[in-house]
Amino acid sequence: MALYTINVNGAAKQVDAAPDTPILWVLRDHLRLLGTKYGCGVAHCGVCTIHLDGDAVRSCVYPISDIGTKKIVTIEGLSEKGDHPVQKAWLEWDVPQCGYCQAGQIMTAASLLAQNPQPTDEEIRRAMNGNLCRCATYTRINKAIRTAAKEM
Amino acid sequence: MKLLNAHLSPSIVISSIIVATTGLLGMSTILDRKTGVDEMVLLAKEDKDSAASVAAFEKVYPVLMHPRCMNCHPKGDVPLQGDDSHIHSMLPQRGPEGKGVLTMKCVTCHAPTGVEGARTPPGNPEWHMPPADMKMVFEGKTARELALQLVDFEKNGHKDMKALRDHAGDDLVKAGWEMGGDRELPPLSYEAFKQAWYAWIDNGAYAPSK
Repeated sequence: MALYTINVNGAAKQVDAAPDTPILWVLRDHLRLLGTKYGCGVAHCGVCTIHLDGDAVRSCVYPISDIGTKKIVTIEGLSEKGDHPVQKAWLEWDVPQCGYCQAGQIMTAASLLAQNPQPTDEEIRRAMNGNLCRCATYTRINKAIRTAAKEM
Repeated sequence: MKLLNAHLSPSIVISSIIVATTGLLGMSTILDRKTGVDEMVLLAKEDKDSAASVAAFEKVYPVLMHPRCMNCHPKGDVPLQGDDSHIHSMLPQRGPEGKGVLTMKCVTCHAPTGVEGARTPPGNPEWHMPPADMKMVFEGKTARELALQLVDFEKNGHKDMKALRDHAGDDLVKAGWEMGGDRELPPLSYEAFKQAWYAWIDNGAYAPSK
């Protein structure tokens, strides 16, 4: 075990964890931030997506020893009142069905729009290609991203 | 002449051979008269052994064409994956710098060290493909085509021969032997590959005939 100070949603947090602990489990088990979900554990589904210095990353394969001073943002920290343009668009289009993958979908969509506020449909498809949805809400996801883009 | 020097045009090679041969003969005559030193000693300093170079590249080539190397040097703009070199799942794109695009960057899944486990993405802090303006394609190249590309300053990432030689020590090259899981290793050990790479370049970086 080792002591780490990490920046999560704008606050410094100290955790004692084994160096190879995926940051997903630090968030969920140590910090009780349960919005980020566990899906495949091998970066194949995108359910566990968080932001690391703005980049969408798969928290299930990112060890805490690799975090350093990078700033982590989870779904809980995306906006103070749940009013990020992507979150509002998700509500507007009633995107989720079972909802399990949606935190990852929203985090990926938010990272996309932060880097490219006016993506084409092709760019949206490419950017969201690593986020799977077993309920196949892809059409609504695409529509919601285009709606959110109008606010960016 | 089956062998051509890979990094020089034929006319330059022929001119160089004439100059070098003339120089060596002249030098050896003087040295022979004054010191009796065998010209073979001088030849050792100028050794550009095309046969040894090509023989070394025959060891290097299967390593470069192995999935651990070739998967990130594909014909297209999506990397390959696995021992069967299938198209990378999720279709991440090369991007201008070879580091992916937007939310599908290499770093999205390939952390600096990564985590242990079957099928987890290998970690490396410098994980990337060649950039879009110099794709350095390995896939589908013959040994000759690949050797010629490797020594071409305009196609090899602007590496001179020293930089090309040193590239064998690059951390991402070395990572090809350290990806873990049940991934097949390249056909040579890393050390054997490095020695073959050096032998290919030190002997003149000649390209095979095919």
